[in-house]
Amino acid sequence: MTEIRELQEKAKQIRRLIVQMLAEAGSGHPGGSLSSADLITALFFSVLRHNPKEPSWPQRDRFHMSKGHCCPLWYAVLAESGYFPLERLLTLRKMGSMLQGHPDRRTPGVEVASGSLGQGLSVALGMSLAARIDKLDYRVYVLLGDGESQEGNVWEAAMAASHYACDNLCAIIDYNGFQIDGRTCDVMNLEPLAQKWQAFGWHTIEIDGHDMQQIVEAYKEAQGIKGKPSVIIARTIKGKGVSFMENVVDFHGRAPTKEEAQKALQELR
Amino acid sequence: MAEQLYQRDVYGKTLIELGKARPDIVVFDADLSSSTRTGVFAKEFPERFFNFGVAEQNMMATAAGMASCGKTVFVSTFAIFATGRAWDQVRNSVSYSNFNIKIVATHAGITVGPDGASHQALEDISLMRVIPNMNIIVPCDGPQTKEAISACAATPGPFYVRLSRPRIPTIENKGEFKLGKAQVLREGKDVTLIACGLMVATALEAAANLAAKGIQARVVNIHTIRPLDAEAIRQSARLTKGIVVCEEHTVTGGLASSVDEVVAESCPTRVVRVGVKNRYGQSGEPQDLLKEYNLTSLDIEKAARAVIA
Repeated sequence: MTEIRELQEKAKQIRRLIVQMLAEAGSGHPGGSLSSADLITALFFSVLRHNPKEPSWPQRDRFHMSKGHCCPLWYAVLAESGYFPLERLLTLRKMGSMLQGHPDRRTPGVEVASGSLGQGLSVALGMSLAARIDKLDYRVYVLLGDGESQEGNVWEAAMAASHYACDNLCAIIDYNGFQIDGRTCDVMNLEPLAQKWQAFGWHTIEIDGHDMQQIVEAYKEAQGIKGKPSVIIARTIKGKGVSFMENVVDFHGRAPTKEEAQKALQELR
Repeated sequence: MAEQLYQRDVYGKTLIELGKARPDIVVFDADLSSSTRTGVFAKEFPERFFNFGVAEQNMMATAAGMASCGKTVFVSTFAIFATGRAWDQVRNSVSYSNFNIKIVATHAGITVGPDGASHQALEDISLMRVIPNMNIIVPCDGPQTKEAISACAATPGPFYVRLSRPRIPTIENKGEFKLGKAQVLREGKDVTLIACGLMVATALEAAANLAAKGIQARVVNIHTIRPLDAEAIRQSARLTKGIVVCEEHTVTGGLASSVDEVVAESCPTRVVRVGVKNRYGQSGEPQDLLKEYNLTSLDIEKAARAVIA
């Protein structure tokens, strides 16, 4: 189980980077970046078939972050994988930076812009269907938010991916239970979420999104499913890893101050 | 009587030719493949055609994912849905990433006819013109549709191509089609008639009628609204006493506004707009609707007289 321990350590490092870059930027979205950090760390460092030295390798697995506001996480795993130097992370959200407040193609490793919610599952569907035309065996992963799942476009895409039996497609839902205006169950209830996806024809896997063992196994299970797309519905804690950010809705879209960042980094040692 | 063609028939045939020559061409539709004529491509290349049902937003964003994998994606539906329903997907997923996505929309304008206002796109050019990177072509007839489709397939980046529902007359001797280059179809020293789409034929008719009454009208076909041939507009402002802009579209934000912007900035002259003015469409036969919305050659003649008065 050294792999699991290594991934846990890596996730901690990714969380540190997220806190550092957001504190330096002075704005951005820590809550959802931290809640999906374990899911995406596992994906990038144990699942994804990719080569940072050859970002346009045709056989690469694709990853797309539909909830684009959590790009600090995306940028952190890209930099840590070697797509660009780590020190670039401190340019997040600054004028002229290749790390925009919401992702676009100027960042190496980002294939399609995102930020306007609800479109990313469609983007992933397009990548999945392209693999079919080109007879390539790559897989496509896409991270969605729970609040984002209130967008109608998500369900149009869910219907189409099932219709086209896209078994190379795996959606990951960061179900942290919060959105800007409060708890998702109060703002716009998503439940029963797993049943919705099942009704749309998806294979659903429900896990604890902070249990590295469960995460790795969920990706493996999804890889084995044939004839339909898979969705991993991961129960997570918004702001996970930093005690004073956990389940605090204010940290959806507020960066930590320099002092808060210091405290957070101590906790993430 | 001039030959009359459906632009969408030409589109379907051109897609097949492109599909044969280019394995990277993929076609999407949203439950309108018989109307848009992408259905003929679907029959020929089923593995490169995807129907997304009545879900235009998903179709548009899916095109972005497909294009990111090196494909050239033709996306078709009616103009109102391509540009209105899926506008945010066009802005954020398609054009922002500057993908090779060619939105070819049919059933634009008032001549959709009996289906009425909900289906008559009168603001589609405006909606596309405000999006950075987006190129816009409004071909004036059947043969020009083929040229437009071929040009956008051969040119990188996102395109919006606007096609009509009814048959429209073919215009002879237009000269070479060059993306972003206006075509002068008739010379005249008194007034310039600038038009796009099916209004080009109407403008030519108006010019012939004006000539009979001693007024010499220059007729310019601005088939490419973006990138705009500003020099052709400046030249018309210099050579004639004023400009009439004719479009089967709202006068706000489309061809008329494009001309106004050039004129106001660099060659002030009188401009009169023949187009739809702050109104929704309605049910009716195309010819009756064109009359009701003041889009006939008679309306253009009247505007031309006003310009030189």
